[in-house]
Amino acid sequence: MLPFDIASLWSRKKIRGGVHPEPRKGATADQTIDTAFPLPKMLYLPLQQHVGQPAEPVVKVGERVLKGQLLAGSQGKISAPIHAPTSGIILDIMDYPAAHPSALPTPTLLLEPDGEDQWIEGIGEIDPFSLSPAEIADRVGAAGVVGMGGAAFPSAVKLNLGRKTRIQTLLINGGECEPYLTCDDRLMRERAADIVDGIRIMLRALECRHAIVGIEDNKPEAYDTMREAAKGFGQIEITLVPSLYPMGWDKQLIGYLTDKEVPAGGRSADVGVLMHNVGTAYAIQQAIRFNKPLVSRVITVSGEAVAAPRNVEAPIGTPLADLLAYCGHQSGATARYVMGGPMMGDLLPHANVPLVKGATGILALTEGEVAASDAKACIRCSRCVSACPAGLLPLEMMTRIRAGQLEGAVNYGLKDCISCGSCSYVCPSQIPLVHYFKYASGELVARQQAQHKSEQTKKLAEEKQARIDRYKQEQAAAAAARKAAREQQQKKKTEEAA
Amino acid sequence: MSAPMLSAPFARADSQVQAIMKRVMLALAPATAFGVFIFGWPALLLLAVTILSALLFEALCLMLCGRPVRATLLDGSALLSGWLTAMTLPPWAPWWIGVVGAAIAIVLGKQVYGGLGQNLFNPAMLARVALLVSFPLEMTTWVHPTPLFSSLAPGLPDSLAITFSGAAAPDGMTGATLIGHIKTEFSQGHGLSEALAAGHYHFLKSFLGWTSGSLGETSALLILLGGLWMLKQQIISWQIPVSMLGTVFFLACVFTLADGERYPGPLFHLTSGALMLCAFFIATDYVTSPNSPWGQIIFGSGCGLIIFTIRTWGAYPEGAGFAVLLMNSLTPVIDHYVRPRIYGRDRTGRPLDLAEPKK
Repeated sequence: MLPFDIASLWSRKKIRGGVHPEPRKGATADQTIDTAFPLPKMLYLPLQQHVGQPAEPVVKVGERVLKGQLLAGSQGKISAPIHAPTSGIILDIMDYPAAHPSALPTPTLLLEPDGEDQWIEGIGEIDPFSLSPAEIADRVGAAGVVGMGGAAFPSAVKLNLGRKTRIQTLLINGGECEPYLTCDDRLMRERAADIVDGIRIMLRALECRHAIVGIEDNKPEAYDTMREAAKGFGQIEITLVPSLYPMGWDKQLIGYLTDKEVPAGGRSADVGVLMHNVGTAYAIQQAIRFNKPLVSRVITVSGEAVAAPRNVEAPIGTPLADLLAYCGHQSGATARYVMGGPMMGDLLPHANVPLVKGATGILALTEGEVAASDAKACIRCSRCVSACPAGLLPLEMMTRIRAGQLEGAVNYGLKDCISCGSCSYVCPSQIPLVHYFKYASGELVARQQAQHKSEQTKKLAEEKQARIDRYKQEQAAAAAARKAAREQQQKKKTEEAA
Repeated sequence: MSAPMLSAPFARADSQVQAIMKRVMLALAPATAFGVFIFGWPALLLLAVTILSALLFEALCLMLCGRPVRATLLDGSALLSGWLTAMTLPPWAPWWIGVVGAAIAIVLGKQVYGGLGQNLFNPAMLARVALLVSFPLEMTTWVHPTPLFSSLAPGLPDSLAITFSGAAAPDGMTGATLIGHIKTEFSQGHGLSEALAAGHYHFLKSFLGWTSGSLGETSALLILLGGLWMLKQQIISWQIPVSMLGTVFFLACVFTLADGERYPGPLFHLTSGALMLCAFFIATDYVTSPNSPWGQIIFGSGCGLIIFTIRTWGAYPEGAGFAVLLMNSLTPVIDHYVRPRIYGRDRTGRPLDLAEPKK
């Protein structure tokens, strides 16, 4: 192997940075999706499972609900509704640990399944192509579909955005570049026709004629199946992309597949591209063709502390601990619970949090897998520089953050960091670079807020002073007027008297 | 106890500082073994003295600063600094040259800046240049290759005397290096063909390393092999060695074509002196070289340019040490001005214009 890729010198498709983490997908990649997971005793449905405003409950405690029934409606422009994953009784609306690194309690609907799994009426096949683009977007929104690749951004908002700007290419992310995760791979291998159907529905919603599905070249079977499924639909192109982390970063994939670069601060729609995940395409297809809201998802349950790792299709709201137990989890061996992939996923303090729409995986990792060790001095080897897909200088940013010079770090691109973790991954000194950047970004936001607050306070104080001054002036003017009137009267009286 | 990992990634590449240092040493081993072979026991003694004193000085500094000694000593950086310093010393130099060199490299070159990763100058080059200007006689006494166990090679007792009690090298065993020799000849008005007529120069001999010179610099071939292996292992990147060797190659081509009698050709340059060692093992030092690809190309080209200039017109026959130190001093400036382009922004840092196609 050459020290650098000679072909990239004249290839138009330049890939910047990236790393090759050990895939660790073997444990789950070759087993079919397990759909036999029994209904859990209790489902926990947080009202906030997406980017944006939390949903607003429309059911009462004690009410019996049917599978697919609306439990909480969306509020605000960016939000997604929540539906009942099965039939049962709403036991409570309470605070329950969120599927978030802090696991802080958040408003959650508690649903006790009645075991009948009875659907609401109105579920049945319809012809998606009889619907107008606006209707498709509306139905996607009503079905509560969010980005299933982990981003959890309400999909309808993206589809509507696409109707406002001209989208030339719809990109479908089948990269799944995170180690361990295979839920998208399995979905493509087992439900390719549905995904292709979903892509066609999205194309119609966007009034767009071209879709490219990018699949990493370590998933040849998914590629073949998807190719077969897309045969006959000329507007859908299935392409292999190199296995390189973070190929799933939308901008990396856009650059590779369309040779376009999204300007800083811009959105992919600005260059005429919109990206959705294969899981989202599947969810959209289910929502539009069968009128089924998003009530379940496929999640990868893996890690060496799991005896029988696999992909499980489970209702939203299932405690992750139940899923782990179902797959033979040994809690004693677990050093870290990670939701999502190991590169960008979130560390969970425990697994007693519910499955949410955006959860791609739950990993129970052993001490050996995490391979954590103490940070050593930076030797300026610049591996982080070569690994950064965004063209940043992580080591320079880190030294400035350490010295408390946050502005200096911003100067080196802190705000362009996507927290993909490539730099931390390659660092031979084991410096937690991403941790520094997340801290600094948070600190900057906090400072900005503090400054905003102090400015606001100052403004209010000034306004108050102005009001007081104005009042005093008015008082003085009134007093003067009264005095003048009195004098006038006095004068009149003396004149009259005279 | 492992460090708490509070944020992703929860996976790590298995490259560690120690492992990197080990691989550099492995790449350095063939050229070192060859140096010891052709220059005999005194070379090995000097190597041992320099490395041991480097470790000693490192430990001393760490103790004085109250920092953990064991962990840092084990990272291999002090050992490597000592080793590289020895590689640039005349093989029969007396023991105290090695000790003073190690002291300069570790104490002045590294620890006063705050230890590993903090220094501005390459420790080994700082040591070499300081020794050269302080002890010019000891630093320019070169021996001809006399392989171990050959009839001319000194035995162990004689070698101990050479290294530790300043015994002079036997008559006829010392002389100038090739670059030094032609420099002297030029200064006496002789042309290149005349200077090399005595059968001094043979390309293959120079390439294999059968010439006089510093302990570890003579075998261009073995250094090149070590360097290529490091490239393949992705310990170093190609930018610095390629730009450095390329610059010297290019300049030598231009000048030798212009006047072949006054300027030696590119192959002579590439196989002589410390150029090859410098290009792969010294200039590529992570700490003291720029961290962006283009910055590294500028750095390497600068080193090449200065080496060629000093060799051709300077007062010293060889300029690798000066070249690296000068460019080291420019590293912060290069790092400030030469940065990779941030995604979605142009080179000046402004967001890309939508109308404009990207470069």
